[in-house]
Amino acid sequence: MNSNPMNFRIAHIATNTFREAVRDHVLYNLIAFALLMSGAAILVGQISFGIERLVVINLGLASVSLFGTVIAIFIGIGLVSKEIDKRTLYTMLTHPVRRWEFIVGKFVGLSGTLVVNTFFMAIGVFAALLYVSRHFQKADVWVLVALYFIILQFLIITALALLFSSFSSPLLSAVFAFSLFIIGSFSEDLRGFAAMTNGLARWITTGAAYLVPNFSALNVISSVAHQQPVAGHLILYNTAYALLYTTMAISGAVLIFERRNLK
Amino acid sequence: MRASRKVAIAASSVLILCLMGSIFTLRRVDRMRNAATLEEVLYVSSPTALKRMSLGYNGLLADIYWTRAVQYFGGKHHDGATHLDLLAPLLDIAAALDPQLLAVYEFGSNFLAAKPPNGAGMPERAVKLEEFGIKNNPDEWRLYYNLGFIYYLDLKDYAHAAETFDRGSHVPNAHPWLKILAAQMAQHAGEIQTARMLWTTTLQSSQEHYIRANAVAHLRALQVDEDVTNLERVASFYKQKNGRWPSSFAEIARAGLMTGTPVDPLRRPYRLTTDGHVEVRSPDDLPFIEKGTPPGYVPPKKPKFLPTD
Amino acid sequence: MTAIEILGFEKTYSVGFWRKKQKCALKPLHLQVQEGEIFGFLGPNGAGKTTTLKMLMGLVFPTAGTARILGMQLDDPRMKAQIGFLPEQPYFYDYLTARELLEYYGQLSGMPARSGHGRVNETLERVGLSHASDVQLRKFSKGMLQRVGIAQAILHDPKIVFFDEPMSGLDPMGRREVRDLMAQLKRDGKTVFFSTHILSDAESLCDRVAIIHRGELRGVGAVADLTSSVQGKVEIVWQGTVAPAGMKAWGVDFHVTGKTVRCVVTEDQQDAAIEMLRRDRLRLISVIPVRTSLEDYFVSKLKTGKMEAHAGVGS
Repeated sequence: MNSNPMNFRIAHIATNTFREAVRDHVLYNLIAFALLMSGAAILVGQISFGIERLVVINLGLASVSLFGTVIAIFIGIGLVSKEIDKRTLYTMLTHPVRRWEFIVGKFVGLSGTLVVNTFFMAIGVFAALLYVSRHFQKADVWVLVALYFIILQFLIITALALLFSSFSSPLLSAVFAFSLFIIGSFSEDLRGFAAMTNGLARWITTGAAYLVPNFSALNVISSVAHQQPVAGHLILYNTAYALLYTTMAISGAVLIFERRNLK
Repeated sequence: MRASRKVAIAASSVLILCLMGSIFTLRRVDRMRNAATLEEVLYVSSPTALKRMSLGYNGLLADIYWTRAVQYFGGKHHDGATHLDLLAPLLDIAAALDPQLLAVYEFGSNFLAAKPPNGAGMPERAVKLEEFGIKNNPDEWRLYYNLGFIYYLDLKDYAHAAETFDRGSHVPNAHPWLKILAAQMAQHAGEIQTARMLWTTTLQSSQEHYIRANAVAHLRALQVDEDVTNLERVASFYKQKNGRWPSSFAEIARAGLMTGTPVDPLRRPYRLTTDGHVEVRSPDDLPFIEKGTPPGYVPPKKPKFLPTD
Repeated sequence: MTAIEILGFEKTYSVGFWRKKQKCALKPLHLQVQEGEIFGFLGPNGAGKTTTLKMLMGLVFPTAGTARILGMQLDDPRMKAQIGFLPEQPYFYDYLTARELLEYYGQLSGMPARSGHGRVNETLERVGLSHASDVQLRKFSKGMLQRVGIAQAILHDPKIVFFDEPMSGLDPMGRREVRDLMAQLKRDGKTVFFSTHILSDAESLCDRVAIIHRGELRGVGAVADLTSSVQGKVEIVWQGTVAPAGMKAWGVDFHVTGKTVRCVVTEDQQDAAIEMLRRDRLRLISVIPVRTSLEDYFVSKLKTGKMEAHAGVGS
């Protein structure tokens, strides 16, 4: 089969996944976000002085990160299991769609949804920033980098949620995914801790520390809030890491799903 | 139909009664737990543990603790409290979560060291806080200024103050007055000019409204001290010349020793006592003054130096 | 050409908490279906029909054995483009409309966009859903969902159509329509493979059937052949309300309906019975040989547990 139809099929599945998320009213979270940012922008001046920009960036980016992670997990865990439960997969797979194309398509669809969501949220953050600072500053460009890193984070979380969804129930998948999100946010500490242990414990903790997603390096919210630049090297390596990790997780999902019996 | 209407009425009444009841009991519970609430904020009192639990959102958490610190201070001040025990831990946590949050160090230097009821009365902890700040932000001149400020004002340790101001003056983009302040410490530490320079620097470099109000109040106090000193000197000069104390400023003016009616920074005229002392009309409105208060004057429990006063 | 060839399909599940117990869902199955025929796959619930179908569709992987559809492997996308599948009690993305669903599946099948629209409308019309084409599937009744299922199975004009219990949940009108559709598909030269536990449908539609019970194939053959064996009995109907004494003595059952009597006697007794009726001056209405119904055959196969092949079938 030539590759053109393959890309089309993946694109069709991705588009359908996006459509499903939209019709599931996922994008309504943007309303809650808009209210939050508006409230923060207006109230921050009354509470803290001289650090309005700081608070708006900290709060805005933390919210983007948290809202998106919650969406990634909640939708991601059902990507495969929902289709199996609802038996919509039965007719899908009897069409000339390869199982791995289905997985990749689902991933692209949910990631696309998150990128779109983040885009609108970014507008909200910059609007709030403009409101408290009256004009844009050169350092605001680093906020874009922070947002880019947050999107990389979403890719990893989505891939993990998809991986769990391919073999586990939604409840367990949610637990796994949230746990990895939490552990991943202090993965640097974990690696430091692993270096201090010995023997078997060292093997185990080191292994775990390298397997767990490195969210600590992808979180530059604090430094961006203080207008510190992000090193170009970091951007490069983080991108490579995220792509590699994501591909690894999706390969796992493909592997599991390829031989799964759909009773 | 009848039965379901009855159920509807019963259910609504129960709902309203329970709502009122729960609000009432809630208020009772709040009163019992008054002291406990802020302690819970510090339930995780270890900054490193908190930083780990913040899942990378430590900047936001630092902002929250910082805001709580400011509110805590405002609240305690409003109550006229003499113990501000939680200010230091709150500021420490905020600094630990975000060592680059300069506002924390600024607030600490202004209100952590000062004696109650103007502050928490913990100059050593304030020094520790500033040094933590300097360690993490070695190129911020304000932090050296803050530290010198504490040594000068609260610890009266002019040697250390001079050294700190000097260190700060070498930092790029430092305020030009740091060098001058360093020099002043040596000879003229106790002088009004030095103090005025200090508070003016604070006023110019801070945007935090409590800090600015505090600086303004101190500058006014310095003005009053200066005015009272000068006016009493003129009054005793008059006595020397004319053998008796003047009865009013107008008399001194008629003698050609001064012009106009002197007013305090709040535009209220000074009062001249029969024995040549100068007093302000409403000392309660001018906190921090060291001169110009009537004998036996006791400053109010709640000094009025915040904009909310 | 052989449309479907099943070579030793077998499926065993490991059940239990530690996955130690083995449960056999399908014993080795050998079956062939020719092009252009309507093939019925019969059996009670839990016999292994759905398991077989799912293995053919690549949803479940056999423990042993292989199969070929149109001469191609089961995971060959070229093969999948030429088959359609209607699962039992189908579900679809309920946030899509019927039209959107068909367009989506059409895109996945590689239908070009332009002709796609036309095909979708045509198919919707064919299954009688044109009036509801823009309603979200979550609002569809069971019968309507069944029609959507059929629509997506035939949309891309496949050579073979697989139906799993296509009549389930349909009212008599709906069942009639599905039967007519399946007959039409055959006339169009397609092969239809469907599973059911309703024998009357199979009897009226199928060219050949296979009977499966407890995971084992019990019988295969052309419907005509399976029901042709005469049991050696005749049914006699006459006018009146009584039966001759002699016949009563045989101990056979008499059914009186209005002014006619009916009973079943053996071929040997046939002449004697007719004679007795003539002597009693009872007016004979009909004498008809009794044939095995598919149901009889079915039940007998389930009881004996023996495998039987009839002429005209390879296995």
